[in-house]
Amino acid sequence: MTDLTQKQVRERIAARLASRHRKEKLFRGLGIASIAFGVLAVLVLFTDIISKGHSAFLQTDIQLEVTYDPAELGIDKIDEESLAWANFDGVIRASLRERFPDVSGRRDKRELYTLVSNGAGFELRKRLQDNPELLGKTETLWFNADDDVDTYIKSLSKSDDGFLGRTSEQKVVWVQALRESGELKKRFNTTFFTNGDSREPEQAGIRAALVGSLFTLLVTLVLSFPIGVAAAIYLEEFAPKNRWTDLIEVNINNLAAVPSIVFGLLGLAIFINFFEMPRSAPLVGGLVLTLMTLPTIIISSRASLKSVPPSIREAAMGMGASRMQVVLHHVLPLAMPGMLTGAIIGMAQALGETAPLLMIGMVAFIVDVPHGITDPSTVLPVQIFLWADSPERAFVERTSAAIMVLLAVLITMNTCAVWLRKKLERRW
Amino acid sequence: MNTMTLSAGEAIPAETKATKPAAEPPSVKNQAVKRPEEIASTVGSPFCDEAKLRMRNVNVFYGEAQAIHDVSLDIGRNQVVAMIGPSGCGKSTFLRCLNRMNDTIEGCRVEGELSLDGEAIYGPKVDVVPLRARVGMVFQKPNPFPKTIYDNVAYGPKIHGIASRRAELDEIVENSLRRAGLWNEVKDRLDKPGTGLSGGQQQRLCIARAIAVSPEVILMDEPCSALDPIATARIEELIDELRQNYTIAIVTHSMQQAARVSQRTAYFHLGKLVEVNDTETVFTNPEHELTEAYITGRFG
Repeated sequence: MTDLTQKQVRERIAARLASRHRKEKLFRGLGIASIAFGVLAVLVLFTDIISKGHSAFLQTDIQLEVTYDPAELGIDKIDEESLAWANFDGVIRASLRERFPDVSGRRDKRELYTLVSNGAGFELRKRLQDNPELLGKTETLWFNADDDVDTYIKSLSKSDDGFLGRTSEQKVVWVQALRESGELKKRFNTTFFTNGDSREPEQAGIRAALVGSLFTLLVTLVLSFPIGVAAAIYLEEFAPKNRWTDLIEVNINNLAAVPSIVFGLLGLAIFINFFEMPRSAPLVGGLVLTLMTLPTIIISSRASLKSVPPSIREAAMGMGASRMQVVLHHVLPLAMPGMLTGAIIGMAQALGETAPLLMIGMVAFIVDVPHGITDPSTVLPVQIFLWADSPERAFVERTSAAIMVLLAVLITMNTCAVWLRKKLERRW
Repeated sequence: MNTMTLSAGEAIPAETKATKPAAEPPSVKNQAVKRPEEIASTVGSPFCDEAKLRMRNVNVFYGEAQAIHDVSLDIGRNQVVAMIGPSGCGKSTFLRCLNRMNDTIEGCRVEGELSLDGEAIYGPKVDVVPLRARVGMVFQKPNPFPKTIYDNVAYGPKIHGIASRRAELDEIVENSLRRAGLWNEVKDRLDKPGTGLSGGQQQRLCIARAIAVSPEVILMDEPCSALDPIATARIEELIDELRQNYTIAIVTHSMQQAARVSQRTAYFHLGKLVEVNDTETVFTNPEHELTEAYITGRFG
């Protein structure tokens, strides 16, 4: 080795200094660029979804003066049977005819009747059921407009002509008349949050899917978190390190990479065909998603157990704590934040999962909001899939709105996780 | 080469060299590290009459590698025994055998007879929980639990069910902290986290935690290596006081510390116990050439 003078050493360092700084700058620039790309992607996604979906939260409504005319309804008293038979659509039609007396001819009249959603009759029935004293009286009510009208009205804000689609010229004249008199307005779309799915976009809502998703997630969380944490604790703290535990570890890692549709088929074969559990039920969906999220939870729980400093374990063991006491008193509290993070990642994955749920029948057309984990139901991502597949133009905005609801649930869940982690986190 | 010199110069008088065996080959000092089989049996006095801990022919293996070779040693009641030796000589491994902390290490195997008051330490029927309550441990790095100071000290009595009432527990916590010389510093902040204390205070907290279950033996694995000289001095004083009630085995890299706190000193080399003697003898008149080479700083 040659002896370098201090001067030579300094010169050599100085010669490389510029390149070192350049590399550092480049590295930092790359980091910033990748973050910028990520932020941009999220912004584009959110702008697209929000710009398409925000209009779904408003719904064009039409004000009508309806008369609960017993003759028109064909009933004389209010009871379940007569309400079931009563001709509420007739009342709506009569009210529309009254509003536009000039319309004549079967064809024009039929056209006129499609101004209002064909669910208006059901609304009326419900109203009369709740307020029987209204029979024979007249009142002014808002009804959902038909989705073609709704689409037309909403498209007016984008272009002057608006999107006509199936809407006839004649209908446009009526709509304009109603609009000018203030009998047609865009109001907050409560239907979207109170109804289940429907073939008619103006009657379709997210509630059934949302509740279905929550039930499914509940089942998943209740099953996968305790099982996953228990498995992780056993593998990490108690199991001997031998060929069997290695095999188990490899298999868990493999399971995490199995395509979710396979879990769906498994669920179909085992839970539905063998155990004969109900189809389309959140119970089965939750079981399938449990199988899917278990590897995620086990792997992340093991990682957070591993990150607990061994000195804490030694300290507790040196005090004569039994292995279970070491785990319960010291390791678990320190590992809990990490475990929760893993569980939340697993839950978020489960919330967005579609494919396995298609296999167990949660893709069915479900109108009613489920009341328990065995009721037939669907989930948010499947609902999004179904609406994206529907031909009616009004479903486009509802699809985006459903995505917004899904994202809102996701953000709520993540916020809870961050809050919980902050609360549980302890420094050492 | 260890450049450490003994500041406690009086411990090694200049005539040390004159008293050592003359037959010693001069090459040993230069290539001081021998292979384990070259070290014959332990010299000095490894046994004592009133042994609290009795170890006979202890061998420890990590998988295939043997870390401890045939070590026999007694630790007497109310005695402080210091274990010194170069890094990797097995003194910590040996210490950890005494309360079976090695059980937690995968692939670690302990052979030989170890007994505490005549009761076997190893054996299929021995429960480590009561054993560790009798043989407490203080680690190299202060490792208080991420809990309050109170909970740190109260943890042992709680899990062993020593105190049933809150008042009893309070008393144990106060007494333990007092004996560890920490009470006056922390009495107003018992509900603050133990991790918020300074390094020396944390180590004394760990000692308080260990003595809260009234152990008979305390094992200390380089308890002062992470501490400054002032904190070290306090711990050393404490060890001297604790000797009245406890039997203490301490591993240390500081020969001054061994000289100051211990009554007997054991010198380990490459997994073998080379020499055990009264501390004064070891530092003034070592019998074995390796011991002498180590304490005079020729290697380490």
